[in-house]
Amino acid sequence: MNTALLRNMLISAALLAVFAGLGTSLVMVTFEATKEKIEASEKANLLRNLNNIIPPDSHSNNLLDNKLLVPASSKLGQKKPTTIYQAWQGTSPVAVAFSIISNEGYSGEIKLLIAIKANGHVFGVRVISHKETPGLGDKIEIAKDDWILGFNDKFLIESVTAPWKVKRDGGSFDQFTGATITPRAVVNAVFKALDYFNHNQHKLFLEQAKYDQMYGIAQKSRPPYGKH
Amino acid sequence: MASTETETKKSLIEEYTPIARDGLWNNNAVFAQMLGLCPLLAVSNSVINALGLGIATIMVLIISNVSVSLIRNIIRPEIRLPVFVVIIASAVTAIELVIHAWFHELYLVLGIFIPLIVTNCAIIARAEAFASKNTVVKSFFDGLMMGLGFTLVLVTLGTLREIVGMGTLFSNAHIMFGDGMQWLTIEVFSNYEGFLLAILPPGAFIGLAFILAARNYIEKRRKENTQQKKQQEAPVLEAPVV
Repeated sequence: MNTALLRNMLISAALLAVFAGLGTSLVMVTFEATKEKIEASEKANLLRNLNNIIPPDSHSNNLLDNKLLVPASSKLGQKKPTTIYQAWQGTSPVAVAFSIISNEGYSGEIKLLIAIKANGHVFGVRVISHKETPGLGDKIEIAKDDWILGFNDKFLIESVTAPWKVKRDGGSFDQFTGATITPRAVVNAVFKALDYFNHNQHKLFLEQAKYDQMYGIAQKSRPPYGKH
Repeated sequence: MASTETETKKSLIEEYTPIARDGLWNNNAVFAQMLGLCPLLAVSNSVINALGLGIATIMVLIISNVSVSLIRNIIRPEIRLPVFVVIIASAVTAIELVIHAWFHELYLVLGIFIPLIVTNCAIIARAEAFASKNTVVKSFFDGLMMGLGFTLVLVTLGTLREIVGMGTLFSNAHIMFGDGMQWLTIEVFSNYEGFLLAILPPGAFIGLAFILAARNYIEKRRKENTQQKKQQEAPVLEAPVV
């Protein structure tokens, strides 16, 4: 009786193990087959977003090839290291794009790309993803409203920070009817990026190795999954 | 020879019509079983989103039904549920990877709701109630029909919410069909301000309630009709006697 029970248990366990193995191999095979394609789609998507704010004809390099990882900075409002994409025309710097995550939105993170020209003017801003209220806060999307284009070519005059607010706060940027928090978060993020750019411009066009060497950024601040 | 052929054909139709009717209407995953409501309510804010999740669900249902049916004679009853779960979870993960690779923008929109297909009870319910007792071909057909039934409700709700909420149809068509299909987007009302409630989660519940009410009304009318027919037929039979 006991041996029969044991035998049954073993058979069931073996069967279950076989199916677990089959299931896992299916997932692994699919993963291997789609890995490169997924990587390529993600890169293409990022490049498409970047090219919307730094037009392809304004620079000669591949934006994804020249990136710089700077440590988390409260000046930039970031809790994690920030990726900066550099645009070059030959050997002269054209612009940088910050990949920014704002936590000041109405619900959840707002992911932004903020491009700033080498002369300190805004090149363009785009919202990559957000969870703001549809119909109210989502006017920050270029697909819904052209509000985000209002940043183009704006720049920061030292010590005059007042205009970099929404109108309700005494600034010069429109808020939306029924939604002030969302545009305020975006305006604030762009302001911080501009301010950071003005204070660190000489660093932002360096190569990663040189940047790390000059400003003593330990390797540990890089994400562990980076390519070696 | 010809007669036997028509006979088998007829029996095929007789065999498969009820499966189709069950999946699409009578035993519809949403209408009758009230299963899979979480993704249904969350992703039905536009037609394209609804269609994307619907197709993913159809694929998972077919794969899980066919696999479960294939192994129905090997598997032992005491471990059948864990095995079903393993099959469904692997199928969903594989499909998620495929969508991520080839429909990247759709993946960005559907996000968390693709892995959540695992928890769509409609899938394990079909594995347990149908696929584990029927042939592979029948299970395939059942998976397709159940999935289509689910997609139908999803797309209906999506259409309703998108028209009322945004005044458009098929917006973002390019994330599914490629950039060449942008023309598919229809602006139903021009200069429509939008009705926020329809796009927000409460709109999903209200919309679903309307669809269910419509379904119940149709069912009631049908029952009344059949009853009336029976009552009408009865006196006709008696008339000659009197």
